[in-house]
Amino acid sequence: MPNKLIIGTETEFGIMSRKIDGYDPVTSSLFTINHLRPFSALRILWDYENEDPLVDARGFVVDGEKERPTQDENLNLNKPLENGGRLYVDGAHPEYSTPECTNPRDVVIYEKAGEALMHLCLENANRLRKEEEKIFLYKNNTDGKGNSYGYHENYLMLRATQFEKIVQSLTPFLVTRQIFAGSGKVGTDNKADPAAFQISQRADFFETLIDLNTMAKRPIINTRDEPHADPKQFRRLHIIVGDANMAELSTYLKVGTTALILQMIDNEHFITGLELDNPLQAIKAISRDLTLKKGIKLANGKEYTPVEIQRAYLEEAYKYFGSMERDPVAFEIMDHWQEILNRLEKNPNELSRKIDWLIKYDLINNYREKKGFDWDNPKLAMMDLQYHDLNPEKGFYYTLLKDGYIDTMVSPGLVLLAKDSPPRDTRAYFRGMCIKKFPKEVYATSWSSVLFDIGNFTIKRVPLLHPLKGTEALVGNVFNRSETAEDLLRNLAA
Amino acid sequence: MGQQEREKKKSKDKTEKQAEANPEVVEKGKKIKEDIDELLDKIDDVLEENAEEFVKNYVQKGGE
Repeated sequence: MPNKLIIGTETEFGIMSRKIDGYDPVTSSLFTINHLRPFSALRILWDYENEDPLVDARGFVVDGEKERPTQDENLNLNKPLENGGRLYVDGAHPEYSTPECTNPRDVVIYEKAGEALMHLCLENANRLRKEEEKIFLYKNNTDGKGNSYGYHENYLMLRATQFEKIVQSLTPFLVTRQIFAGSGKVGTDNKADPAAFQISQRADFFETLIDLNTMAKRPIINTRDEPHADPKQFRRLHIIVGDANMAELSTYLKVGTTALILQMIDNEHFITGLELDNPLQAIKAISRDLTLKKGIKLANGKEYTPVEIQRAYLEEAYKYFGSMERDPVAFEIMDHWQEILNRLEKNPNELSRKIDWLIKYDLINNYREKKGFDWDNPKLAMMDLQYHDLNPEKGFYYTLLKDGYIDTMVSPGLVLLAKDSPPRDTRAYFRGMCIKKFPKEVYATSWSSVLFDIGNFTIKRVPLLHPLKGTEALVGNVFNRSETAEDLLRNLAA
Repeated sequence: MGQQEREKKKSKDKTEKQAEANPEVVEKGKKIKEDIDELLDKIDDVLEENAEEFVKNYVQKGGE
């Protein structure tokens, strides 16, 4: 079993400019990511060799065309990063993937580093643009008109774990975790029932329970089975139901609590008896109940509030992790989880400095009351959008943070470091260090490989099929001993 | 920009004066209320001017 968690997230950013005539989101996305200076001067391909997004976790392969861009397109679309992550364009959005991390604090750090890198792109890209043509980027998930773009979490799990067991144990958890992981939203989307303000950005978009699709008829449980690792040993659970968060505690709890539940499932500690009567209805109902007091119907006929359901998971986690050798990462997650659930139950308003939907609600509702606006006033929808603006001068999350209205979890110094340094305890270390140390010789990278072109006609491929190998502990010395890429390859083979 | 700086200065003056008037004991509720007022004033400085048009034009292609 993996003795460590492996977690990574992908964020698609919303993009626009004030001028609509002649504006094209794909061109603007490419323009943005190609302004990551000085980094974009490097020409490193993305290696699509091991990618197969059409394999389904339920055990079959779906028909469809695989994406395979030409070499020039590939270079234009992909910016493998020194921190082991990846910046790229997916469809009509710029997207950032964190490197593989072993704990939720690192995920927070690398997501914040991603926001900083996107901001760097934005500053460079906008330098020569006219005011009307300047690009705006948003870390959110909806345009308020029925179009959603994703925030995906990835967790490494054991191949041996049955997919049905994951679905059964995990669904009630995913449906209810929005109470601390939701980013908040003014209004509704996708023809869903009306609401003035919702907890979740994404809840309105889920129409099925389980499916391979991520773009239409979105499922609560996504079945993409593309492990980016040895497929005999591992699966990668691809969770698409979450919101992108600005608040550090929301990101930390979202990935931390989910990782704990998945670790329990991987070790056959299943959570039963919480199956929901109608998960699709529940996810939308919970998003609309800002009091958190309404009961959700379970399959067994009982009714629990979302806090009670989360508490049941927390109790299972304390039971499971309490019986093992003490894991400080797990206990830190559970202690935060418990504190937040207590506050959500007693007085959610106390969390208006800590978790996104309550920070946002507090801000917008106070403004609304002061101005005497109704909830459908466009200024409030603008505030909702602008909360997620990646420009620190404009984005309300950042301005609130600067003025001392938000509590954070990670140090700004670590975020700064994470812009160009990989985590030390996963294979991201090897990938990131290769790019950092040998930028000219690295020909291509992917999640599971680094390819070198050292000028002798053949491309050398170093496979990275195990996410916990290639760490600083295992290869740090090899990098120290290698002056050139040729040395590195020779020392790795020795 | 000029207006923003003025606002900032104004609010700074305000907090300084208030600190003089009540050297230590500031009633907590009152303080929070003032903080919120100050914050809400700032929103108008930062909020996109043509909110209605901006929001209307914010149309994304579905992603993922």
